[in-house]
Amino acid sequence: MTTTATAPAPGFESPGVEDFQLPPVFGTVTKPVLELVLAAIIIVAFFLVAVRKPALVPGKTQFLGEAFHGIVRNSIARDMIGGREFLKYVPFLTALFAFILVNNLFGIIPIIQFPTFAHPGVPYALAGLVYVVFTYAGIRKHGFGGYIRLSTWPPDVPWWVRIILTPIEFLSNLILRPVTLSLRLFGNMFAGHLLLLLFTLGGEYMLFEAGDWQLKVLSPFAFLMAIVFTFFEAFVQVIQAYIFVMLTASYIGTVLADDH
Amino acid sequence: MSTLAAEELNPLVPHLAEIIVGLVAFGLLVWILAKTVFPQFEKMYAERTDQIEGGLKRAESAQAEAAALKKRYEDQLAGARDEAARIRDDARSEGQQIKAELRTEAEDEAARIRARAEEQVVALRESAERSLRGEIGGLSAELAERILGSELADPSRRSATVDSFLSELDAMALRQTTGAS
Repeated sequence: MTTTATAPAPGFESPGVEDFQLPPVFGTVTKPVLELVLAAIIIVAFFLVAVRKPALVPGKTQFLGEAFHGIVRNSIARDMIGGREFLKYVPFLTALFAFILVNNLFGIIPIIQFPTFAHPGVPYALAGLVYVVFTYAGIRKHGFGGYIRLSTWPPDVPWWVRIILTPIEFLSNLILRPVTLSLRLFGNMFAGHLLLLLFTLGGEYMLFEAGDWQLKVLSPFAFLMAIVFTFFEAFVQVIQAYIFVMLTASYIGTVLADDH
Repeated sequence: MSTLAAEELNPLVPHLAEIIVGLVAFGLLVWILAKTVFPQFEKMYAERTDQIEGGLKRAESAQAEAAALKKRYEDQLAGARDEAARIRDDARSEGQQIKAELRTEAEDEAARIRARAEEQVVALRESAERSLRGEIGGLSAELAERILGSELADPSRRSATVDSFLSELDAMALRQTTGAS
């Protein structure tokens, strides 16, 4: 990276937004669209195999499926939502986690190598869906007025604090939640993919296109960094999927809470 | 040139096709999983919890039973030990009693034997004295008769007479003792 940044070789064009505009694979169908369908198929297939022969002492696939479901159920939904209501949201949260996780991991799976959510459309859609889910849950529990009061009117606050606090609460709880949720996911995937592109394309340029022999010698470091950042991306992709679901559960939990 | 590209291609602008496909795919995913897979999982958890709780309860009762059994065995063992000790004490005292009885019996027997032996000795002496007293008179008379009847003057004859008398007397005494024993 330092090599290309401090002394950019003439002719190297660093990857940018245009690299995210993928040509259609066939017809008008693009790679991310295929990835979305593939992810759904993979997840459904995996879980159907997991419950094919249900047994009290589970086999390997069943164990994996139950473990995945159990993580979302017990350490996300139960902790963040609690009560008896959390069970209702477990299927949505588990499917959400699996869907985001698989789509993110597409970013480092060979041949596919594009994180679906480096395009913002589906993150927007999922965040909108989450917004609908927790707003509906809040209104059903507290009524429309109750829900608005819960989201903007924290109890036991002096009036002069409330002048500042209520607009902030209104903005953050009712408007910005889906925005931050979707942009966090999109931004991480976008940036991660850009980093990998930079190291891979840069290394390729140094090795094959640059005339200097020094750049050819140094090019393995660019590839090494690409590999290191692939591992880092794997970590980020899992973490981002987890954070998305965790925050969703937390939003549902706060709107179902009895007081602020 | 990248600023130019960014103006043309804003990365924040979504692709409509992706939104539609994403929502449909995700919707189907949630629907299928919620209908088929996750109820199975929940059922499995419930069954497993049930089994484990049942197992724990069974284990608890088995443990209690084992504890009761152990206590009973220990009680029995303690009883047996007490009984053994009692039997041993009994046997010891009985043995001592028997020993004491035997000793007194033996002592009595010994005393009785000794007394009888003494009595016999006394009786033998008395009878010996009695027979000797009677005989001594006779013997003295006979000896005197012999001495007087023979030649008193002849000292050699006199001594021979005394010798023969004494030897006769010896033979008689020997016969009497062999006959008595």
